[in-house]
Amino acid sequence: MTEPLIYEISASGRIGVNLPQCDVPESELPSELMRDELALPEVSELQVVRHFTRLSQRNFGIDTTFYPLGSCTMKYNPRLNEDVARYDGFAKLHPLTDEAGAQGALALMYQLQTWLAELSGFSRVSLMPAAGAHGELAGILMIRKYHADRGDTKRTKILVPNSAHGTNPATVTMAGFEAVELPSDENGDVDLEALRAACDDTVAGMMITVPSTLGVFEDQILEVIEAVHACGGLMYMDGANMNALMGIVKPGELGFDVMHYNLHKTFSTPHGGGGPGSGAVGVNEKLLPYLPGPIVDIVEAPQAEEAAPLYGWVMPEKSIGRVKAFHGNFGMHIRAYAYIRAYGGEGLKAVSEHAVLNANYIRVKLHEAYHVPYDRICAHEFVLEGRFKGVDEVHALDISKRLIDYGFHPPTNYFPLIVHEALMIEPTETEDKVTLDAFIDAMLHIAKEAHENPELLRSAPHEAPVSRVDEVRAAKQLVLCCQPALPQAETD
Amino acid sequence: MGYLPHTDAEREEMLSAIGVKSMADLFEAVPASHRFPSLNMPEPLSEMEVAAELQALSEANEHAGDFALFRGAGAYHHFVPSIVNHIIQRGEFLTAYTPYQPEVSQGTLQAIFEYQSMMCALLGLDAANASHYDGATSLAEAVTMALSVTKGKRKKIILSHAIHPQYREVVRTYHQGRDVRIVGDGGRADIADLVDMLDENTAMLAVQYPNFFGQIDDLRGLAEKVHAVGALFVIVTNPMALGLFKSPGELGADIAVGEGQPLGISLGFGGPYLGFFATRQKYVRKIAGRIIGETVDADGHRAFVMTLRPREQDIRRDKATSNICTNQGLMALAAAVYLSAMGKNGLRKVAELNYHKAHYTADEIDKLNGFEVVRDKPFFNEFIVRCPVPVEQVNAHLIEQGIIGGYDLGQDYAHLQDHMLVCVTETNSRAEIDAFVSALAELQK
Repeated sequence: MTEPLIYEISASGRIGVNLPQCDVPESELPSELMRDELALPEVSELQVVRHFTRLSQRNFGIDTTFYPLGSCTMKYNPRLNEDVARYDGFAKLHPLTDEAGAQGALALMYQLQTWLAELSGFSRVSLMPAAGAHGELAGILMIRKYHADRGDTKRTKILVPNSAHGTNPATVTMAGFEAVELPSDENGDVDLEALRAACDDTVAGMMITVPSTLGVFEDQILEVIEAVHACGGLMYMDGANMNALMGIVKPGELGFDVMHYNLHKTFSTPHGGGGPGSGAVGVNEKLLPYLPGPIVDIVEAPQAEEAAPLYGWVMPEKSIGRVKAFHGNFGMHIRAYAYIRAYGGEGLKAVSEHAVLNANYIRVKLHEAYHVPYDRICAHEFVLEGRFKGVDEVHALDISKRLIDYGFHPPTNYFPLIVHEALMIEPTETEDKVTLDAFIDAMLHIAKEAHENPELLRSAPHEAPVSRVDEVRAAKQLVLCCQPALPQAETD
Repeated sequence: MGYLPHTDAEREEMLSAIGVKSMADLFEAVPASHRFPSLNMPEPLSEMEVAAELQALSEANEHAGDFALFRGAGAYHHFVPSIVNHIIQRGEFLTAYTPYQPEVSQGTLQAIFEYQSMMCALLGLDAANASHYDGATSLAEAVTMALSVTKGKRKKIILSHAIHPQYREVVRTYHQGRDVRIVGDGGRADIADLVDMLDENTAMLAVQYPNFFGQIDDLRGLAEKVHAVGALFVIVTNPMALGLFKSPGELGADIAVGEGQPLGISLGFGGPYLGFFATRQKYVRKIAGRIIGETVDADGHRAFVMTLRPREQDIRRDKATSNICTNQGLMALAAAVYLSAMGKNGLRKVAELNYHKAHYTADEIDKLNGFEVVRDKPFFNEFIVRCPVPVEQVNAHLIEQGIIGGYDLGQDYAHLQDHMLVCVTETNSRAEIDAFVSALAELQK
C-alpha cells in the first residue's frame, strides 16, 4: 500500500496550525512586490501527523532494526541526548548572542574540543565543519594553505588509495588539487612501493582511512606516514572509522597532521535519514594556525580558584576561514558531549573494544559460507564477497535485498571498490549477542537459498513496503517534485 | 557502563569463538609503540548526572525563553508547532541513515520528495535538492555550479555586499583553491553598480532578497541583464518572506539558495540548520548533493529513490559535482512538516504577522529622539536603526531589562557604525515590543 502525497490530501481552506491574531495595527503591504500564487498543501494538523507517522513506518531505523551499514557506525542513539539538546537554554539560544550571554554553550564547546583532541592526540580541534566531507574539505584546504605560506607552490597532488571513500578524491578536486590514486597490495593495504614511487616534491599530502575501509589496521601505517612526511607532504586521516580507535591508538601520536571526526558516527548523534552530521577537525602544531574558525578559547583566566574562566571566539591566526555560518552544528556538539560524559575515558575504550569484538564475532561465523577476501582479525567492520561459486546470477545486491525479508537493514554494498561484490558489515558495540546471532543465522540461510533457490534472492525483497525499486526509470523520466493537485475541492 | 549490552559470559564466549584470549589480542596489528595510550578523560556519569550538568550549562545562557529577543541577522526566532519536534523524533526517521536501500527507506524518500516539491512551489523553480549544510554552504555550492555551467571558462563571481557577511566568507573559503575572482562586495555598491560589473567573464551574480538589512530590493528586470552576458542569476532568500513576496523563479533566478531555519527549526545556537538549493530543470544535472525522484517498484506501484546518482562523490569520485555526502535530512523533514502544517494560508499569515509587527516596531522607534529607522526601501521583518549611542551600549542597557537587542552592523560594515539591525517576528508580543521601545526611549538624546 502506498501513502498518498501530502498534496493529494490537500483541500482548499484547511490549515494545520492555530495562529495568533495580529495584536498591532496593520501596515500597508507593497502590492507591486507581492506574489499571487503559493502552491503549498492545505491539510489539518491530524492529517499532517498521520501522514508523516505513516511515512515513518515505511523506514527501517536503528530503533526498529539491526542496521549493520558498514562505514556508517549505526550505533544506538541515546534518547537522553535528544532531551538535553532541546533544553531551552540551547534550543532558544541565538547564534549571535554576545559572548557573555553564551558562556554555557561556549564552555560546552570548549570542553568538547578538548576531549576530542585528547582522544586522538591532537593539539586543537575546530567544531565548525557540518559533516565528514566538510571536515575533509577544511583539512585539505589547511594543507594547501600550509604549503602556500611556505612558498611551496609546486605541490599540486594529493595521494588517495584506491580503497578510499569517494568523498576523499572529490574533496581533493574541490580544494583545487589533483587526486592521484594509489593501488593496494595483496593484503588490501596501501602498496608501499607504489607509494614511495609517487612521493616527490609535487605531493602536498595524502588522505587515508584508519582502520582501512576494508576494516583492518594496516600494520605498515607508520611506514606510510614516514614516506609521505619524507617528501614534505602532510598526512590527512579520514576519521570515519574512529569507532575502532578510542583508547586504542591516538592518530596524532602515529604522526597524522590532521583528521576529521564524525560526531554522527563515533559519538552517536543520530543520522536523521542523511544528516545533520558534524565533522570536527583536529590538527597538530603544524596546522594549528590554519584551523577553520572561529573556535572557542579561554579569553580570560578564572578570577578565583572555583570560578569559571571567560570563554570567547578566536579566529586562528592564519585560518583558512569560515566553512559555515555561525558555529557548526551545535546541536550535535551537545549530543556528543553528553555521550562522552556518559562513558568517560575508560568507557570509550570499552566502546571501541566491543565494536571490534562484535565485528570479529560475525566474521568468524560467516567466513566459511562467504568468501572474506582479507581474512584476518578485523577492526570494527569487515568486508565479505556477496557472490557464490557456481551461482553466477546472485549478486551482493540480491543478498542485501533478501536480508530485508529477514528484518535486517542491508550492509553497505559495493564498497570498497577493491573487493568484488563487496558487502561491508559494521555491527557496532551496542548490539547484543542475541541480535548478532539472529543476523548470522539469516546470512547463513541466505547463502543456502542462493544455491537452492536463487530466484528467491533475485526477486527480493518480498516483505518490504515496496518491491524492488526501478532506479533506471527514475533517472530517465525525471520527476523531482510533484505538481499540486488541481483543481482543488472547496471545503468551506 | 554506558550503552553496552554484553554480559561477562557473552564476552568470553565471543572471544573464544574468535579464537583469542582477551580483548587486547584483537589489537595486535596496531603498532605496539602506540597501542593503548592513556586518556586524560573524566569518569562516567549516570543519566541523571549528565542531564543535571547539561541543564546547568544551558541555564548559563541568555536565550529567547527568558529574554525578549529582537535579533535576527540570519537566524530567526519563529514559532515551531509542537508536531514538528514530535515527527522528527520518530525513531524510524531519527535513527535511519541515507536512503541507499530504497525498499526500506520509502518514509525518508517520500518525505524529502515532498520537501523538494514544497520548496519548488515556494521558490518558483522546478528542481530542488535534498539540502545542504546551511544557507552559506548552499551559496558556495551555487558558485561551484555556476562555474560548471559556464564550463570553467568564466572566472568572475559578483556578490552583493548586502548578502550575509558570513555567507560571503564561506564562499571565499570554499573557493580559495580555485581560479576564480569574487567581486562586488568590497564597498557599498548597489544593484545598479553590480550590473555595471557584468561582462563576458562573469559566471554569476548573486543578491540577497530580502537582503541582509531586511530590505526588499525591486529585482524586476535584473535577470534579463544578467542573462544578456550569459551569466547565472542567483538569489539568496528567506523562505518566510516568500509567504508574501514574489518568488525567485518569478524574478528570473536560475538558482535560489538560502537558510531554511525559519521553517520550523529552532535557533539552537546556529545549527543544525537547513541549506536549501533549487534551480531550473535544465541545470539539474549540475546540482550538488542528493536529489530524490519518483519512480515505480517491480509491481508498478509508485516509489521514490535517490536519482541522478552519477553526479555524486561515491560514484564519480574526483569528477563529482561536490564532495557532499551527508546533508541535513532531518532538518529537511522538519521543514516539510512545518510547510505542510502551515500550508498556503498559514505561511502567508505568519509572514504578515512578521511584516506588521516589524513595521509597528519601526514606527514606534521612529518617534524617539535620536533614533532613526532607515527607510529607503521596503522591508520585511528586519530593519536598520541608527542609534544615538554605540550599539554595544544600547544592548548593554537592554539586557539589564531582559531584552536582547539588535545586531551591531558596525562589526561588518564600516559605514554602519552605530547602526543596529532589529528583527521582529510573530513571537514578539505587542507588550514585548512596547517594553523594547520604552527601554530605547531611556537612551533618547
